Amino acid sequence: MKLRYFAWLRTRIGRGEETLDPPAEVASVGALVTWLATLGPGYAAALADPRVVRVAVNQDYVGADHPLRPGDEVALFPPVTGG
Amino acid sequence: MIRLQEPPFDVGRELGSFGTGDIAVGAVASFVGYVRGAGAGAPPLIALTLEHYPGMTERQLASIEDEARTRWPVMDLLVIHRHGRLLPGEPIVLVAVSSAHRQAAFEACQFLMDWLKTKAPFWKLEETAAGAEWVAAKTSDDAAADRWKTAPR
Repeated sequence: MKLRYFAWLRTRIGRGEETLDPPAEVASVGALVTWLATLGPGYAAALADPRVVRVAVNQDYVGADHPLRPGDEVALFPPVTGG
Repeated sequence: MIRLQEPPFDVGRELGSFGTGDIAVGAVASFVGYVRGAGAGAPPLIALTLEHYPGMTERQLASIEDEARTRWPVMDLLVIHRHGRLLPGEPIVLVAVSSAHRQAAFEACQFLMDWLKTKAPFWKLEETAAGAEWVAAKTSDDAAADRWKTAPR
């Protein structure tokens, strides 16, 4: 699974993208965020408040219960501030 | 038309030709957002860097355009959004809408900006003498976007 991080999630995690192979029981976006937070202090700091983490799967916004499939591109980022 | 670009754009040139050439056009409404270099109580801004999510940005902007065209009788539509490092006073974003009458042009223009602010994956990093800091999202932007949920056309 391809993970991408943007803005302060990227700087706290320390990289913009990576390929990870989560365990089989990580079947939803919400479970993925919970699992990622256990990967190290940078991840824990970035994901400490899931309310300010937005998630896109294959470049579309999704909610916490969205199911994950092998090969998905999952992006995590803070609320957007463009315009 | 949607344009995502790093270099500055010339507002006069972009708007000068917009909406011309179609005699059915009776109104053009536009908005230009600039990099604000100073605000009350804030340290002077050195630069503003806009990060975005290549691929998703284009997809979201295209869907925002489709939504505006569904809701209003838009004749032409232009969105230019920059990314990269911008200096105070430079334009960030331009939205222009042409229509037969002013109400559709005004409303579609405002709708495009409100949705851009809350759906397009851009993030602002402000550089000041104190360092660099990510801009926090405003709840007022969410509220501005939310009003379009209750005003379908």
